[in-house]
Amino acid sequence: MKRHVLSILVENHSGVLSRVSGLFSRRGYNIDSLSVGETEDPNVSRMTIVVRGDEYILEQIKKQLNKLIDVIKVIELKENQSVYRELMLIKVEADKNQRPEIIEIVNIFRGKIVDVASESLMIEITGDEEKISALINMLKPYGIKEMIRTGLTALERGNKQIKQHKKFEEE
Amino acid sequence: MKAAEAIVKCLEKEEVNVIFGYPGAAIMPVYEALRNSNIKHILVRQEQAAAHSANGYARTSGEVGVCIATSGPGATNLITGIATAYMDSIPLIVITGQVKSTLIGRDVFQEVDITGATESFIKHSYLVKDAKNIPQIMKEAFHIAKTGRPGPVLIDIPEDIQNEDIKFSYDMEINIRGYKPTYIGHIGQVKRAIKRLKESKKPILCIGGGVVSAKAEKELLKFVEKTKIPVVSTLMGLGGIDHNSPYYIGMIGSHGFNFANRAIAEADVVMFLGARIADRATGGSKLFAKNADIIHIDVDPAEIGKNLGTAIPVVGDVKKILEQFLELITPLNTEEWMEYLNSLRQNYKRKRNITNNVNPKYAINLISEILDNNAIMVADVGQNQMWAALNFKIIEDRKFLTSGGLGTMGYSLPAAIGAAIANPKRQVVAVMGDGGFQMSLFELATIKQNEIKLIILLFNNEGLGMVREIQHKVYKAEYGVSLNKNPDFIKLAQAYGIKGKRVFKDDELKDAVNEAIESDESFLIECIVDPKESTL
Repeated sequence: MKRHVLSILVENHSGVLSRVSGLFSRRGYNIDSLSVGETEDPNVSRMTIVVRGDEYILEQIKKQLNKLIDVIKVIELKENQSVYRELMLIKVEADKNQRPEIIEIVNIFRGKIVDVASESLMIEITGDEEKISALINMLKPYGIKEMIRTGLTALERGNKQIKQHKKFEEE
Repeated sequence: MKAAEAIVKCLEKEEVNVIFGYPGAAIMPVYEALRNSNIKHILVRQEQAAAHSANGYARTSGEVGVCIATSGPGATNLITGIATAYMDSIPLIVITGQVKSTLIGRDVFQEVDITGATESFIKHSYLVKDAKNIPQIMKEAFHIAKTGRPGPVLIDIPEDIQNEDIKFSYDMEINIRGYKPTYIGHIGQVKRAIKRLKESKKPILCIGGGVVSAKAEKELLKFVEKTKIPVVSTLMGLGGIDHNSPYYIGMIGSHGFNFANRAIAEADVVMFLGARIADRATGGSKLFAKNADIIHIDVDPAEIGKNLGTAIPVVGDVKKILEQFLELITPLNTEEWMEYLNSLRQNYKRKRNITNNVNPKYAINLISEILDNNAIMVADVGQNQMWAALNFKIIEDRKFLTSGGLGTMGYSLPAAIGAAIANPKRQVVAVMGDGGFQMSLFELATIKQNEIKLIILLFNNEGLGMVREIQHKVYKAEYGVSLNKNPDFIKLAQAYGIKGKRVFKDDELKDAVNEAIESDESFLIECIVDPKESTL
């Protein structure tokens, strides 16, 4: 099933995240990732949700999201018109002999070493999902102690703002 | 002003006359404010009945129904009533008390997360955190409940917040960024729909509950008479059109008439008006609208394309859109098609069961002939629902209420109470089986206490008839459905101070119905029905 990236403006108050995530589980939609944060307007939050589904499911998701009173706008961010990014923190096993090799790999990926300890390194990297997955593969042989990915976040390229998009049903 | 008084003041500003409820510790400040108000409080015997009564009230008054309960079990008892209203798009305001805001999240006495619990079957909900927001929230809640696709809205108010002092004002404008229902149909789509209808040889309209909730009955009748397009109805659409109209064919669905289902199967264009077209309406049939282009009119864009592919979607208020159609459309030539549909209908032979006991289909037909042209029938769920739906004739201003979406047993008695309170001059008949009756039996006390006049039509077939029928058809034999040690319902009614009469045979029924109609208080007619009596 095809992957879709949805960008959603919601009212910034408690209960909204639960309403949105609850909608996905109760209607049986598959969610790959969800990230949320404040926007330029403190009363509004913005979510990026990555979902899998065919056109029918995508249309239903958009319509059902729009039905929630707290949802202000729903748009789909197509890959060729948007910047997709993800941030990962990853802690790799590294003694002093392995450190230089790992640092070299991280440099190639334009990542950053953000913490050093006697037997590990913590690396910060941003990029699209492929880049992050590629780094994970490179680091696996050293031993991954723990890692966290933020899930995808995305913004449309160009001058247009999400607010300037029409509401879904008017399209 | 105390926040609790502000809540009641908001209800008064919204012109609420009646509120159905059950008090408890966490809602007592609001009850104290209600004491000094002209709003009539109806004390139910269990909170679920409060939600159903508010539902029946809303559906027969055209206003928002209001119910109120305390925190914890009071709130959870409302849940089935909230889900029932949600599935049938009935506007309700549900007010619940909550434990003190300082105690929320500590699992204290009678604490439950009711906004969380109802999330998946409510139009919107509020947990009040700041007393000064109460007027704004109340105004928004009423706006949300009754506009767009109507539905229940919950306001959960912690007890300490009810006691705070606030400044009251109700003049604020309502502007909710994420909630802007569409009312006027897209004119391009309306024109496309008209073009497609004009090309059609076998067009049909299929009406759902949206026609009733949009109060579009008159516009529909005008549209049908002008265009000469025949009409079928879903269960929820009953009441949307006068059954005496020559263009009315019948009810579709898994329990509908076969000729109505054939009309949909053979049509080349089906125009759905305010209908969701869920499994009960299609009967799961592959033939459903298989030859047809679909025009779908609904106020909720999410319903369009959900259950059926749609060629021409028109989002908006059914009443407004019908007015738009009426301005532009000219009559169609449907003579041949009507003739064909009428021949199907005339060839339909109703199974006339021959039993020694009351035939429930005959019973509903008979009562339908006797009742006024503005009578309200409220059916429960199970066999009685279909006996009532298929045999009660909608004439003029008659209304038919039932829990169509959720299929909630125990709905009819409390919903009929709400209908009777909204319409003290109209005849209200609550139809139910012996199963559903015992789910809301306690409401006989509410009836007595408030001197509510209902005709309670109880079909006693000593069991859960519809499940029993399916078990016999699909499974080995009946199991877990017998109610063969039922109480004496007439004596039971008498214990509540309600008169009643047991009827064993069809020919005894007429006198009983007339006695019930002439009685100035509620009257129970218990019809003894053969357990083998079929639904259809």
